Formats: sequence, C-alpha cells, structure tokens
Amino acid sequence: MKHVVERVKVLRVDEVAKDFGKTVQVGDVEIALFRLKNGEFYAIENRCPHRGGVLVEGMVSGQHVFCPMHDWKIDVTTGKVQEPDHGCVNTYKVEVEGDDVYIVF
Amino acid sequence: MEKKKLVLVGNGMAGVKTIEEILNVSKEKFEITIIGDEPYPNYNRIQLSKVLQGDTTLEDITLNDWAWYQENDIQLYTNEEVTKIDSDKQLVMTRSGLKLPYDELILATGSRPFILPIPGADKEGVTGFRNIQDTDAMLKASKTYRKAAVIGGGLLGLEAARGLLNLGMDVTVVHLGESLMDRQLDQTAANLLKEELERQGMKFLLKKNTKKILGKKRVEGLRFSDGEELACDFVIMAVGIKPNVELAIESGIHVNRGIVVNDYLQTDIPHIYAVGECAEHNGVAYGLVAPLFEQAKVLANAICDVETAPYNGSIVSTQLKVSGVEVFSAGEYIEGGEKKALSVFDDQDGVYKKLVFNGQKLVGAVLFGDSRDSNRLLSLIKKQADVSDTTKVSILQPIGGETGESLVASMSADEIICGCNGVSKGTIVQAIHEKGCTTVDGIKSCTSATRSCGGCKSLVSELLEVTLGDNFDASAQKETLCGCTTLSRDEVVEEIREKHLMTTREVMHVLGWNTSDGCSKCRPALNYYIGMVHPLEYEDENESRFVNERLHANIQKDGSFGVVPRMYGGVTTPEQLRKIADVAEKYNARLLKVTGGQRIDIFGIEKQDLPKVWEELDMPSGYAYGKTLRTVKTCVGETFCRFGTQDSMSLGIALEKKLERVGTPHKFKMAVSACPRNCAESGIKDFGVVGVDGGWEMYVGGNGGTHLRAADLLGKVKTAEEVIEYACAYFQYYRETGIYMERTSKWLERMGLENIKAVIENPKERRELYARLDLALKVHEEPWKKIINSDKLRTELFEKVVVQQ
Ligand code: SRM
Ligand SMILES: Cc1cc2nc3c(=O)[nH]c(=O)nc-3n(C[C@H](O)[C@H](O)[C@H](O)COP(=O)(O)OP(=O)(O)OC[C@H]3O[C@@H](n4cnc5c(N)ncnc54)[C@H](O)[C@@H]3O)c2cc1C
Ligand code: SF4
Ligand code: FES
Repeated sequence: MKHVVERVKVLRVDEVAKDFGKTVQVGDVEIALFRLKNGEFYAIENRCPHRGGVLVEGMVSGQHVFCPMHDWKIDVTTGKVQEPDHGCVNTYKVEVEGDDVYIVF
Repeated sequence: MEKKKLVLVGNGMAGVKTIEEILNVSKEKFEITIIGDEPYPNYNRIQLSKVLQGDTTLEDITLNDWAWYQENDIQLYTNEEVTKIDSDKQLVMTRSGLKLPYDELILATGSRPFILPIPGADKEGVTGFRNIQDTDAMLKASKTYRKAAVIGGGLLGLEAARGLLNLGMDVTVVHLGESLMDRQLDQTAANLLKEELERQGMKFLLKKNTKKILGKKRVEGLRFSDGEELACDFVIMAVGIKPNVELAIESGIHVNRGIVVNDYLQTDIPHIYAVGECAEHNGVAYGLVAPLFEQAKVLANAICDVETAPYNGSIVSTQLKVSGVEVFSAGEYIEGGEKKALSVFDDQDGVYKKLVFNGQKLVGAVLFGDSRDSNRLLSLIKKQADVSDTTKVSILQPIGGETGESLVASMSADEIICGCNGVSKGTIVQAIHEKGCTTVDGIKSCTSATRSCGGCKSLVSELLEVTLGDNFDASAQKETLCGCTTLSRDEVVEEIREKHLMTTREVMHVLGWNTSDGCSKCRPALNYYIGMVHPLEYEDENESRFVNERLHANIQKDGSFGVVPRMYGGVTTPEQLRKIADVAEKYNARLLKVTGGQRIDIFGIEKQDLPKVWEELDMPSGYAYGKTLRTVKTCVGETFCRFGTQDSMSLGIALEKKLERVGTPHKFKMAVSACPRNCAESGIKDFGVVGVDGGWEMYVGGNGGTHLRAADLLGKVKTAEEVIEYACAYFQYYRETGIYMERTSKWLERMGLENIKAVIENPKERRELYARLDLALKVHEEPWKKIINSDKLRTELFEKVVVQQ
C-alpha cells in the first residue's frame, strides 16, 4: 500500500470548546479530535476498543476521555485504555498553526 | 539422606500443582526437575479466554514466575520436549539430547485440541485454542481478517467466539449437536444461553456437520454435510481435546484414551505416575482443573509416603467465562427414570434454575442467569447430601427478592468457596484470623482461592467483609463520592454550601481531590449538587454532563440518537403525530417506537441533524435522557372511562408542566390513575397518584426497573391542587437530600418513610420546600429551543467536520 504523509486542515481553534471533542471524518476514517482544558489538541480513532462506542461524545477529564457507552477510560495522548480495562486506539498527530488545526497522516 | 530425583514432564497446571503440593508436604525430600515444551513458566491456561476477551493480559496470567522455580531449587527446562522414557534405566531423553535420571517420574503432558480429520484442516487460518501461541494467533488474525467460524459450541468454543467478537470479528459458531454446551446443559438452559449470546452478536449454525475446509492456501469457507457453505477467513477448532499420550505409548506405558492410572495415580510401570488431562482414571480423562487439582493432592501425598485417601474420581462442574452470562452446571443435569427435577424459570429476568434429585439426594444442577449458589450446590452434590425442603426453597427462591442475608454467612465451614482449588470457607476464615489476610489478593496467596478461573472472587470478598465485621476498615467502607475523594456526598454538599463553591473545578481544588480533573462519576454529581445548592447563580457545566444530557438526545450504540418529544400526560394530537411522521421520513429515522413512558421515540437520527429535527418538530424536549422528571403516565380517567372517579389526564398534564426540566439526583417518574384499577401503574412510580371517590391517594418510592419495588402510601388528599403541592415538596426534598444516581426507591429506604412523611406533612416545611423548588424551576429554559437559537451551540456541539480526500 502506498503511504503518503498528508496534512489536512480540519478546523479553526475556536470551533471546538475546551473539554469537548469534535467528530472529524477524513475519507473513510472517523476521528475524535479533542481540545483539552490546557488548550492542547489530540486526535484518536473514534471507536472504543470495547464495543465500538463513539469516543468523541465521551466526557473529557484532563487528558482522559470516558467512553459514553460503558465508561472505559482512555488516555487521548497515547490512545491507551486505562486499568482495569485493556486495549488501545489509534492516535493521530495534530498540529496547530495560528488559528488552524491540522491532522497529520 | 540423599534426596531422591523427581522429574516432571509437562510444565502445566496439573503438574506444577502437584509439585506445589509436594513442597507443602516436604521441601527436603526431592531434587526436582521440570521439563516443559512451552517457552514460559507455568501460566493460567484458563485465563486465556479472558485474555482473548480483553479482560486481562498475557503478562498477568503467570501462576509461577521464574523466581518461584529458583526459590524452590527447581531445575526448569522450557522449550524442551521429552521424547523417550527408558523405564529400565530410569532415564528421560529430550529432543535436544538431554538424558535425565529419575527416581520418580510424573507425566503431566495435558492434552491438545482435537483437529477434525477433514480435508483442508491443515490450511492457513485454522487453529485450535489451547495455549499462548494460539491466543496470539487469534489476536493477530482479528486485525487482518473479518469473518471467523468457531467449530464447536461447547465451553471452549463459546469462550473463543466471545473473544473474537470482542476483537471486532464477525463470528459464527458451528455446532454438530442440537443445542449448545450439550454435555453440560439441558435444552432450556441451552436455549436461554443461545438467545443471550445472539443478543451479544454471536451467530449460530446448529446441527451442522463440517465436512470440508475450503480455500486455496488459506481458509475461505466451510462446507457442511448438507451441501451448504459458510464463507469465513479464520477458523477455530474447538470440538474437543485429545490427551497427549504419544510419549507414554512409545515408552510402553499402558494407555487407553489417556494414560491409565490407579487410585494413587500410578501407571502400570513402577515409579511412573500420570496426573492431569493426560491421565485416565476409571475410564475418565478429565478436562477441567478442579479434578486435576484433587488428583495432584493425592499424588503428592502418595509420592511423599504420606497416608492419603485414594482418588475416587470427581464430580465436575462448569461455569462459562463470558461476561454478561452466568451459566453453571454440575453433576447429572438431566432428569429421567429415578431422577426427578425441581426447577424455576423466570422468563422475564432470564433466570433458570434446576436441581436434579435421586430420592432426597441432590445429584446435579443447572443454573442460568444467576449462579450465586453454584459453590453451595456443588458441595451439596459432592456430599450427596439429603436436601431439606427449606434449602430447596432458599436455592430456588425468586431472585429479585433480596433476602438481605449474605450467602456466605449461611454457608458451613466445610463448604467449598473456590471450586477449582478446593478451598473451603473454613480455610479462608482461618487465613483471615490466623494469617491476617485482609484483601482478596492476600487470600489468594495464602490459600490459592480465586487463583484459577477467578469465578469465586465476589464470594471471597463478601466473606472477608462478613468475617472481619467491625474490624473491616471503616474508613475504607465509607461511601465516598467517588475514587477521587475521601469525602462523602453529605460532606461535599455541606462544603459547597458553606464555602460557597461555584464550579466543579473549584470544588475539586478546594476540597483536595486526588485527581486534577475528576472523573466521569464525580463531575456530573458535582454539577448537580452545585446547581441544587445555588440554583440561581450556578452556570451549568455542559462539559460535565453525560453525552445524552449534553446533546439533549439519547445516544444509541451506533452513535446516532433517539429523539423523544414531550407528550404531556401521554396525550397527543393528530397534528403532533403528523409532525413526527414528517420528521421521521425526512431525516430517515430508522425506527419509530411507542415507549414504555407513553410517548414516541424517533430512533436513528444523526447528530448533525438533531437541531433541524427539533426545529421542525416544534415540540418541547421530553427529557427521555435526563436526570429530571421523565414522564407522567396517565390513564384516560373520568373523561371517558366508565369507572373513572377523577380527571387523571388533567392532573397528569399539570404535574408534568409544573415539574419538567429541573434536575434531580436520578430520573423521576410519575403516574396518575383515576381509580384503584391503576391502569397507569401508579404503584411502581417515584410518585404515583390514584384517584378514589372524593380524593387522591399518593404513593411514593416505587420502581419498575432493576430492583422492582412497590410504592408506599404517602397520604391521601382531597384536591388536585393539594396533590401538586405534596408532589412538589416531595420532589424538592429528594432533590436536596438524594445522592446523585440514587432513585427514590433507594432514597426512601435510606431516609425512612416515616421521616419523609413527617417533613412533607408539616405544612410549614411543605411550603418552604415548595418555594425553594419554584426558585429552581424559574431558571430552566427549553433546551431544544435554546440550541436552535444559538449558532454557537449548533456549530460547537452538533456539527461534524468532513474532509473529502
Ligand atoms: C425508550 C425506553 C424503552 C422503550 O422503548 O420503551 C427506555 C430506554 C432506555 N432506558 Fe429505560 N426506557 C424506557 C422506559 C423505562 C421504564 C418504564 C417506564 O418509564 O414506565 C423503566 C422502568 C420504570 C422505572 O424506571 O422505575 C425503565 C427503566 C430503566 C432503567 C432502570 C432504572 C432503575 O432505577 O432501576 C435504566 C438504567 C438507568 O437509568 O440507570 C434505564 C435506561 C434506559 C436507557 C436510557 C439506557 C441508556 O442509558 O442508554 C435506554 C435508552 C435506549 C435508547 O437507545 O435510546 N431504563 N425504562 C423507554 C422510554 C420511556 C420514555 O418515554 O421516556
Ligand atoms: C482457553 C481455555 C479455557 C479453559 N477454561 C477452563 C475453566 O474455566 N475451568 C477449568 O476448570 N478448566 C478450564 N480449562 C482447562 C484447563 O486449562 C486444563 O484442564 C488444565 O490446564 C490441564 O492441566 P494439565 O497440566 O493437565 O495440562 P496443561 O496445562 O496443558 O499442561 C501440559 C503441559 O505439558 C506440556 N507437554 C506436553 N507434552 C510434553 C512433552 N513431551 N515434553 C515436555 N512438555 C510437554 C504442554 O506443552 C503443556 O505445557 C480451559 C482450557 C483452555 C485452553
Ligand atoms: S436499557 Fe431499557 S431499552 Fe435498553 S435494552 Fe435495557 S430495557 Fe431495553
Ligand atoms: S464501547 Fe466504549 S466502553 Fe463499551
């Protein structure tokens, strides 16, 4: 498979409030983009490893998001599921330039 | 005295258990060597199912780590296979050429998956489920392949299937028999099991005889004897196990299905023993650890020359390790002839229990849906106990009715708690008293209870609590708001009041939360408490709300939403129905359904369409998602009904309009019926009203959900206005004293009906509660309107970003 590094502009910083997420659909991939309380952006795959819950709708606490389906806790900076559950989700690199937020593939 | 040389072939569960038992008897007697052909120290094979299901990891299932072998002076060879035994010279030979002498030799080679001898069974993508390697293969396959077939609908097959489902595969279980787990379950339990697993997403093909595995290099499908085919790209064979006996056969040891042993686990050749799945005792080769561990104990004593009762065979029991399913089976599970069955079947709760008796003796049991009694039953069956009628009743009693009495408390000291390791209640209690164990992990290392399948964990922890009694750490017992704090609900609310704390962050900061940003438990709770204490000043924190309450719709498992508009009192109009129909069509609703709360749910709406849907509906939100007033169900009442004594619809509508929107600790449901026939089910509501001649009766604390509870009579009043006043006061009292996520049924039991009555019946307090509620009611805006009218909320909360590639 051909692998191209691509940088896609997804939104402006002020289009998502702190402690909230935004659904970003790039081609077939659905991504949960989060803006944390400290202003940093992180992007992970929008599918909980448990039963496929939409993570973007989860409650954001610090650098963790709680899946809205059955409350698994996932670190959005690493994609790792927290104890006592196990698993991980893909993470995507996010770059912020001025007012614009990019996801890098 | 020189130590004798003891050699163990097979570094698995039964063999190493035997060594542990031997070390318990004497550490001095033997110089021990273990040879195993897997590259790991002894691990918990049982938990492979849980690894696959994502409940634990490979690292966590080691039973004896490398250090254990060292500490006990055991010479361990891993990745090494014993290929020959010379019983004359008392030597074992290995693949890599080692020659090891023995004085006593134990064979514990286990078994391996039985692979159906059908064409294609050797194709890529076909595997058994036995060891870490198989598990790894499945974990990997799930990343690349989609459609799995599991051949075999027994315990192992179902556990594998559940694991593959968790890993995101599409899974079909192919089974030769007519019903699942047919060697453990009767038809009724098997049907319930199938229904439950289907609900979890598993597919089944029963009565299918697999004849051929299709595909070129890799598997592409299965063909059955009836000519039908199933496409799949991954196959697990779980049709049975086959004892590993080749080594024994070649070495001239008597083998039937397994290596034949007597009551002391001796083979027909002196100084050679066999234990575990590779051994056959009295015609039976067992495939579960409990009997193997019993064998291990007998063998250890025998080999150490300690007097021991002979091994007489075991009664086996099984428990399926699939989350969300409780199945237990033991002994003779099918009645007939002399054997009579006694059973209860609660179709609604999906609970089925059957006891099989021979005369008064309990000889077998099947439990589905509630297996809490399994260990008790197993000991009764093992003891061949005469079972009294009271015991029968206590076991078969309906599940919902909580007896309040702890199950472990009623067990006798010799009853087994951990079935796998044969640990009795008495042994655990002794460990608590004499060895000072205070945790489940402590009990595990002292007694081995919970160490194998882990099914008895909850019993052990209950036993700890019961036994430690007052010594049970009281501070550890205190119900704190959540793990982020050591404060209780009351302490936190008191501080919010006193220190005038206004945001969740402020609370966490000032009250010394041990996490910087709280969690999904405390944030919504704090958001509620602050709003309750400071109704006028508090600005609701949307980010601390669960998605449903943030987006004002019910999230579905696929990420779409359900929309439930208000239909006050369950009364609607042609115009409303037309609007709902139009919206449902326009936005491709996947389902329109009449809810249990007398209104209509529009299912399958995409998030970004929600504001438009609400706008076009032009109806208020029904708050089907909220911790607030849900519905007021009504019956048709005197307006039409020939028995009606009161206008139930009007009162219901008035109550719903009065109380809607403001937050409560948990959801709050109401109903108004116009006569004691109670067609609106007022007896199972948080607040239910029943019209009688000349007045209204008010019932409180009812619940129709998980823990069914009939409501208690709060009192009787004459007019509809009085009902509203009482309802408001009651509602507010619950708001002020309830614990977040505590329904009124629990709250009422905690507070005491008489205490609540005393407050509500006091006219002064009633009016004050009413006034405080009115204040809180003032600030609430219709949420759908608010969102429709705010561009900011619409973009921030509902719009999704789509990037075309
Ligand atoms: C839609 C509805 C089922 C239906 O198709 O009829 C429903 C659907 C849900 N109920 Fe219910 N309940 C519905 C009536 C009921 C009823 C019957 C009633 O209200 O008369 C009950 C039992 C009565 C009671 O509560 O006392 C009921 C007892 C529960 C419970 C158990 C509550 C308890 O205290 O034990 C939960 C779980 C919870 O709230 O924690 C629950 C939770 C849920 C949730 C919200 C689960 C969730 O958190 O996602 C379901 C949302 C499904 C979805 O995909 O949107 N639902 N639920 C009903 C909506 C009524 C409405 O118009 O608002
Ligand atoms: C996925 C799964 C789930 C299970 N769930 C349960 C459950 O819930 N409850 C329950 O009671 N039981 C369960 N079991 C069964 C239980 O794990 C077995 O009964 C138990 O492990 C058998 O112990 P054993 O020592 O006889 O065999 P094993 O644990 O298989 O040990 C035998 C060892 O000997 C090695 N060996 C074989 N031949 C040689 C040789 N020639 N040289 C050197 N080494 C050799 C093998 O590689 C293996 O490591 C489950 C099994 C599996 C696979
Ligand atoms: S929560 Fe309610 S709607 Fe959902 S499955 Fe259970 S009973 Fe049905
Ligand atoms: S789907 Fe995320 S916790 Fe279950």
